[in-house]
Amino acid sequence: MKLESINVTKKFPGKVAIENISMTLEPGHIYALLGPNGSGKTTWMKTVAGLIKATSGEVKFNDVAVNTDSRKKIAYMSTEPYFYDWMTVGDVGKYYQDFFDDFSMEKYDELLAGMNLDKKLKIKTLSSGMMAKLKIAVTMGRNADVYMLDEPLNGIDLIARDEVMRMVLTSASEDNIMIISSHLVEELEALVDRAIFIQDGHFAGMYDVEQLRVMESISLADKYREVYSGVREA
Amino acid sequence: MKYDTNAPIYLQVVDAIKLDIINGKISPGEKLPSGRDLAVLYTINPNTSARVYTELEAQGICYTKRGMGTYATEDLKRIKACRDEMANETLNKFLVSLKQLGISKEEAIDMINQANDICIL
Repeated sequence: MKLESINVTKKFPGKVAIENISMTLEPGHIYALLGPNGSGKTTWMKTVAGLIKATSGEVKFNDVAVNTDSRKKIAYMSTEPYFYDWMTVGDVGKYYQDFFDDFSMEKYDELLAGMNLDKKLKIKTLSSGMMAKLKIAVTMGRNADVYMLDEPLNGIDLIARDEVMRMVLTSASEDNIMIISSHLVEELEALVDRAIFIQDGHFAGMYDVEQLRVMESISLADKYREVYSGVREA
Repeated sequence: MKYDTNAPIYLQVVDAIKLDIINGKISPGEKLPSGRDLAVLYTINPNTSARVYTELEAQGICYTKRGMGTYATEDLKRIKACRDEMANETLNKFLVSLKQLGISKEEAIDMINQANDICIL
């Protein structure tokens, strides 16, 4: 299995969101997709998810350009909430089951139980932390080949973050690709093994995170500083 | 566990597990978590946890039974040697720090003798 981004460019009127992004992602890895706000992370993810069409270049999943078929294998969690207020946590599961063939209610139930999320809870009563956990549980409830989580750690407390990370680790396997976008670099240090840097819509490098520590004695956060501000910490 | 993110994480987990074996939290011959469970337990990447076991095996601290999992060594001599190695590392770091402060070995020994015993809560 492989996911290739080949010279992917997306232009919006008056703005180039991403330009010539080329890279290959392999199964068995958890990738951090890093970059300041507005650098193009979400645009790239949405292109991979098949939600927006690249202006030029293409995304290939197992050597085939992404299409409605590949969408069945690629799970994407967007930053925007996308459930109806009147739904319960249980309804969200049913909604996903109708939409996605690879959704497993059993896996969803397990994930909810692991985070003490009651299926009877109404969406409108959920705190932002609970909402974040629900979004991830329902995404991970799918048995996809590629999971993309857009800013899963944003705006949630420490405990919820730990639970989210455990959920990611429980679902990660040698056979799938996990991509997590964040600007909270420090949170991802131990979780990811590869980091992709996006700068002003361009690919700015991919690193093996543990190798940075072994070879250069620097953390991912320090590498981030080096890439984005050009400063190397003493 | 809180990590020093400038140092390899797999080595920090290796040390944590060695410490558990030395102080008996993990018994000789005890089955260790699977690589996947270890990743969840320490909130580390699964490739890092695989590397933890590779390193522990290379050091003779644990061994793998095919299809059965990974176990802590039953070799008490190896555990004792591991304790000495870790004590030496700690001692060396301590001596380096004191040297940077300009404190001689003799002074350091005096200081240790005068120091209150550490009380562990």
